Amino acid sequence: MSVAVEAPAVRAAKIVRRYGERTVLHELDLEIRRGEFVALIGKSGCGKTTLLRALAGLDLVDGGGLTVPAASTVVFQEHRLLPWWKVWRNVAINLPRGTARSRAQAALDEVGLSDHADAWPVTLSGGEAQRVALARALVREPELLLLDEPFAALDALTRIKMHGLVRNLISRHRPAVLLVTHDVDEAISLADRVVTMREGRIAADHRVADAPSPASLRTQLLAELGVVEQ
Amino acid sequence: MSTPAIRTPAGPPAPPADDLHLPVSSTSLSADESTVPASGSVTAAPPPVPGRAARRRRALPYKLISWTVPVLLLVVWELLSRAAVIESNVLPAPSSVGITAWRLTETGELPTHLWESLQRAAIGLAIGGSLGLVLGTLTGFSRLAEAIVDRNIQIIRAIPFLAILPLVMVWFGVGESGRYFLVALGTLFPIYLNTVLGIRQVDPKLLEMGRVVGLPRLRLIRTVILPGALPSVLLGVRLALTNAWLALVIAETVGAPAGIGFMATNAREFLQTDVIVLVIVLYALIGLTTDLIARALERRFLAWHPHYNGGKK
Repeated sequence: MSVAVEAPAVRAAKIVRRYGERTVLHELDLEIRRGEFVALIGKSGCGKTTLLRALAGLDLVDGGGLTVPAASTVVFQEHRLLPWWKVWRNVAINLPRGTARSRAQAALDEVGLSDHADAWPVTLSGGEAQRVALARALVREPELLLLDEPFAALDALTRIKMHGLVRNLISRHRPAVLLVTHDVDEAISLADRVVTMREGRIAADHRVADAPSPASLRTQLLAELGVVEQ
Repeated sequence: MSTPAIRTPAGPPAPPADDLHLPVSSTSLSADESTVPASGSVTAAPPPVPGRAARRRRALPYKLISWTVPVLLLVVWELLSRAAVIESNVLPAPSSVGITAWRLTETGELPTHLWESLQRAAIGLAIGGSLGLVLGTLTGFSRLAEAIVDRNIQIIRAIPFLAILPLVMVWFGVGESGRYFLVALGTLFPIYLNTVLGIRQVDPKLLEMGRVVGLPRLRLIRTVILPGALPSVLLGVRLALTNAWLALVIAETVGAPAGIGFMATNAREFLQTDVIVLVIVLYALIGLTTDLIARALERRFLAWHPHYNGGKK
C-alpha cells in the first residue's frame, strides 16, 4: 500500500462557524490522517469544543468544506450512560441485535470491566463509568474517535490509569483521534501531534516526535497559550 | 506501548481492582495487594456491625411509640363506647365496626359493593390516564400539539374537578357514565402534567449521546425519552390515584345504585353509623393499598434510579 496518496480521515478546509455576531471558527484548516492521534489545546472560548462538535455532526458549519468518516463517535467529559440500562446494554446501544451482547462483552473485557456487564451505571465509580463510555465508543469500530475532555472530571490517579488504557486501545484499533483537552502534559503524553487553537484558528501545529524533548515542547505550548513558566 | 494498567500480571481474567489501586500494578506494592484479596472489605467489616446494632437499638422505641399512640386511641375509643360515654349512634365502638365488616362480608354485600367501586375507579382511571398520557406525550414532543392542547387543558384544570358535579348529573343523569367521567377528569390532569414535565426534563446530554450513536428518532424516543420521563409519569399516576378515590367518594354518594359510597349513603338513611364508619375506614385502606401498589411499581420500573433504593447490584 502506498502511504503518500492515502486520503486523510478528517479534512476541514476553511470552515466557518458563527453564533449570531460572533465568529467562533475563522476559516479553520485541519487534517487528521488515519490512525493519527491529534490533541487540541487552547484557552476556554477559543472554539475547540465547537470544532469537535462540528466534526461529530452535532453542530453545523456555516461555510467551508468538511469531510469526516461516516463511522465516527464521541466520548464526552461526562459518561452519558443511560441510567435505566445495565452497563452492557449501554455499550451495545444501537448495535445489530444478534451479536450485540457478545460484542459489548468483548468491549467491556478490553476496558477491564468484564464482570460489571450486569451492573447499573449508578453503581460505577467515575473512572469505571468513563471506561464504559470508552467501550461504547470503541465497540462501534470508529474511524474517527472524538474525545471531548474525557478525563477532566477524573481524579489524578484514575486519569493516569485512563491514559494508559486509551494509549493501548488506540494502538490496537487505530482510529483517527481528536482529543480536546486543557492539559498540556496529557496532550504531549498521548498524541502524535499537538495543535493549539486561538480565536477560531489553528495557531500552531507540533509533531511530538519532532520536538527536542517533551519538556521543551511543554514550555513552548504553554508560551503559546500565554503561560510563562517561572 | 505498555499493557493497560487495568490488567494485573495475574492473567487475563484478573479481577478489576478498585480504581485507586490500579496504577501500582508495576510497582512493588502490587505484591502486597495480591496477597490480601478484598482487603477493603476486611478492614471495613468491623465498624459497621456495632454501628448498625446501636442504630437499631435506638430506633426501636420510636417505631413502637409511633404505633402505640394510635392503638391506645383505639382502645380509649372502645372503652368510652362500652361505657356509653360516646353513644353508639354517634360513633360506634371499633369492635362493632369490625363485627359489621364481618357480617357484611359473610352476606356478600360488602364484596359486591367494593368490587363495584374498584371497577369504577379502574375504568375511570384507564380512560383519564390513557388520555392524559397520550395528550401529555404529544404536547411533550410537538410544539404544534402544545399550541393546540396545552392552553385548553390549563384552563379546564383551573376548575376544581368536583365543582362540575351538578353539570355532570345534568349531562349523564345518574348512570355509570357520569361517574366514569368524573374519575377520568380527576385522573387526566396529574398524568398529563407530569408526562409533559417528564419529557421536557430528559437530559439533553443523553439525547445528544443518542444522536452520536446514531439512534433513529423512534428508537431515541423509546430508549431515551420515555424511560427518562418515567419517574415523573409514575408520580403522576400516584397523584391520579388519590384523585380517583376522591372523585369516587363524591360520585357514589350521589345517586349510585351500588358501591361503597352507596353503602354509606344508604346507611345514613337508617342511622347505621357502624356501616358509615366502616366505609370511611375502607376508603382509607384502599388509599393505602393503591399507594403501596404505586410504590411497588416505582421500585420495579425504577430499579436503576438512585432515589428508589434500586441500583444496587
